Amino acid sequence: MTARTAVPTRNSGPSRVAKALASRPGSLVTVAALLMVAATLVPLGYIVFTLVATGWHETAELVFRPRVAELLRNTAELVVLTVPICVALGVGLAWIVERTDVPGSAWWGPAFAAPLAVPAFVNSYGWVSAIPSLHGLWAGVLVSTVSYFPLVYLPAAATLRRLDPAVEESARALGSGPIAVLTRVVLPQLRLATLGGGLLISLHLLAEYGAFAMIRFDTFTTAIFQQYQSSFAGAAGSTLSGVLVLLCLVLLAAEAGVRGRARYARIGGGAQRGVHRIRLGLGTIPMLVVLLGALAGTLGVPLWTIGRWLKIGGAGVWHSTEIGESLGQTVGLAATAAAITVVCAFPVAWVAVRSTSRFARVIEGANYITSSLPGIVIALALVTVSIRWLPAFYQTAATILAAYTLMFLPRALVSVRAGLAQVPVGLEEASQALGKSPAATFFRVTLRLTAPAAAAAAAMVFVAVATELTATLLLAPTGTNTLAMQFWQLSGELDYAAAAPYALIMIIASVPVTYLLFTQSRKAAGL
Amino acid sequence: MTAARWKLVSGALAAIAVLGATTACSGSSDGDNEIVVYNAQHESLTKEWIDAFTKDTGIKVTIRNGGDTDLGNQIVAEGKNAKADVFITENSPAMALVENAGLFADVDKDTLAQVPEQFRPSTGKWTGIAARSTVFVYNTAKLPADQLPKSLLDLAQPQWKGRWSGAASGADFQAIVAALLAQKGEDATLSWLKGMKENAVISQNNTTVMKGVNSGQFDGGVIYHYYWFKDQAKTKENSKNTQLFYFKNQDPGAFVSISGGGVLKSSKHQNDAQKFLNYITSKQGQAVLRDGDSMEYPVASDVAANPALPPLASLDAPKIDPSKLDSKKVTQLMTQAGLL
Repeated sequence: MTARTAVPTRNSGPSRVAKALASRPGSLVTVAALLMVAATLVPLGYIVFTLVATGWHETAELVFRPRVAELLRNTAELVVLTVPICVALGVGLAWIVERTDVPGSAWWGPAFAAPLAVPAFVNSYGWVSAIPSLHGLWAGVLVSTVSYFPLVYLPAAATLRRLDPAVEESARALGSGPIAVLTRVVLPQLRLATLGGGLLISLHLLAEYGAFAMIRFDTFTTAIFQQYQSSFAGAAGSTLSGVLVLLCLVLLAAEAGVRGRARYARIGGGAQRGVHRIRLGLGTIPMLVVLLGALAGTLGVPLWTIGRWLKIGGAGVWHSTEIGESLGQTVGLAATAAAITVVCAFPVAWVAVRSTSRFARVIEGANYITSSLPGIVIALALVTVSIRWLPAFYQTAATILAAYTLMFLPRALVSVRAGLAQVPVGLEEASQALGKSPAATFFRVTLRLTAPAAAAAAAMVFVAVATELTATLLLAPTGTNTLAMQFWQLSGELDYAAAAPYALIMIIASVPVTYLLFTQSRKAAGL
Repeated sequence: MTAARWKLVSGALAAIAVLGATTACSGSSDGDNEIVVYNAQHESLTKEWIDAFTKDTGIKVTIRNGGDTDLGNQIVAEGKNAKADVFITENSPAMALVENAGLFADVDKDTLAQVPEQFRPSTGKWTGIAARSTVFVYNTAKLPADQLPKSLLDLAQPQWKGRWSGAASGADFQAIVAALLAQKGEDATLSWLKGMKENAVISQNNTTVMKGVNSGQFDGGVIYHYYWFKDQAKTKENSKNTQLFYFKNQDPGAFVSISGGGVLKSSKHQNDAQKFLNYITSKQGQAVLRDGDSMEYPVASDVAANPALPPLASLDAPKIDPSKLDSKKVTQLMTQAGLL
């Protein structure tokens, strides 16, 4: 999530030759990275393969029909409405918290990051219990906004905190009023943060399944799931997946186009002063009302709902054996996936950081594409690939772990790459000069220095897996019952009370990583 | 050099993979005295069966839950390497799908003898294990009894626009469409589905349909009978403002769907799997349907239905051979009508 704001720093060693020798990725690392990238392209390859196998005529028939137009309209309306609302809300709240003297500014930051700990389908459950008739486009916009606005809030708040006040002062000295300063100086500098956040939100919107299924709103992802339920892995599902992938690519391209080569950095010597906070005076009360209202809508509703259902359900809903089993399986899968994903991220990060070649750029690019693929497409691909060509892997833990790795590698990569970029190559050179083998150097120097970043990466993957629903539903080995699966099954039968403990545990499990993201967003903006 | 490093990394990877496989794979069963059931029936009902069966026989059962159609299609895709020993559904079209792919073993004669002929296919490749009736649930405040549809087919008429709901993506609804297809043919079914696309509000599942009808979001909805009876037996929270209407007259809307069970030919645990099917259709297994809270109709071993239900024979359902229900065609037609 911090990829957009983090600027990787290249190491500049004293001796270029020594640096080239020490930092050139070994051929085996390169091969490993290449294999990872190839694996990430399997889902895309599968989609292309099925479309070709289905044949032009049938594909066209499946693509050019009113249902697809309807899904396209729904999905487009959702993105077009939700992203600006999230940007307005995220930037607005960040501005109030960071730029005014509103009381408790130290507490608002973590409070507005906290909604990220609530999975979107739990948010949906919260809202649909509060307003049972909730459905359709606006319900989708509502649920997505409360689930995803922190993705804009976090970078916006971090950037606002870091902006050099000198620019704003100059504008004011040149006669600009406060509004002109805001719109012409401050907001443009938030462009990178909001664009990055907006792109992330759009990709989440395309991939979301549980939240929308619960409120009767059809997007490509929910429709692919319905097709899967009706015909397992049929041509219609694959065709819809193909269109969904195209949508993701369009979004990526659009964001890249709008972003351009914009970079905002302070140049010149000296350190910047702290920002000047606007005195609200009488305006304090309304601002507090806005902040509290936003908090009530985002965090308050799901927590209140869960609390209410827990109260109604009483002790009877805490089926300790089943919850314990689910928790055990969830932790087992999430921990294993986190470990594998971080290990796989290392060679790719190594190549990305230590090499300036075109190959490195290709690897990074391939990763972006995979990161934009919704879980359902990856899952559908792995179901078909394993059942047709790798029956030994079909319905095994290996397949679901592979899916998690493919889906969450980019998240791990962002962190590992940042950590690796900060390891001084000089230390590795010194270690080797002192006679340690490259392997020993890697484990004693590089790995030790990147351990915090790797831990952060692992934590992020852990939570993502613990709350993952779509791919898990399709791929999990027989007998698996993760927290998310149990929650989904129980809430699907409208047994909201029995689902509540699972929702609560999922939220609690996500809190540490939400805190991590919060602190990371501040660091990243400071780079 | 790098080789050593890579060895370490790959070693660690392999270790983790093995660890992961052993922790997460504990659910799959290759052991003896253990069968895998692909279960599309309500999980709570199947669990009741399984618990009693395991207690009696010591045979362990692992279940994989899913919908009728996806599990059926999944078994067909798995083919000879099917992971399931037994397949249990809510409806018969998915059973017919697997039967037509030639993947079912013959059901034991003893088991067949427990099930009357009208509740199983003549081929004996699978058997009925329970039954459920299509009903129209309606909000009594919004829809006076004299404005009820005479036939399921009426719901495609313009006056029903926006007033009724169905869970189109669920296997239950697709079974009803399969019956319509068997009774009225492809053209009539497609045009009815197009009418449904125009008129109906699509819900996630039968419970949401009923809940929506109860709260007055829609006037009525097409569901199976037991959702209503289950809620009535408990809190009535989702059905207190509603009544059921039975179409009868052998209308497509009076369709009684047979829940099926079958043993996979590829199963390595034929005996245990057949025993399980035999248990479900035995007096003891069928009594679970009468005494438990599933509210589905027992079909075998002369076990009577829950007394709260109208007798199955009184529903005047259309007579359709359960082996003739075509889920593949249904999915195609529903895709064509824009419902999927």
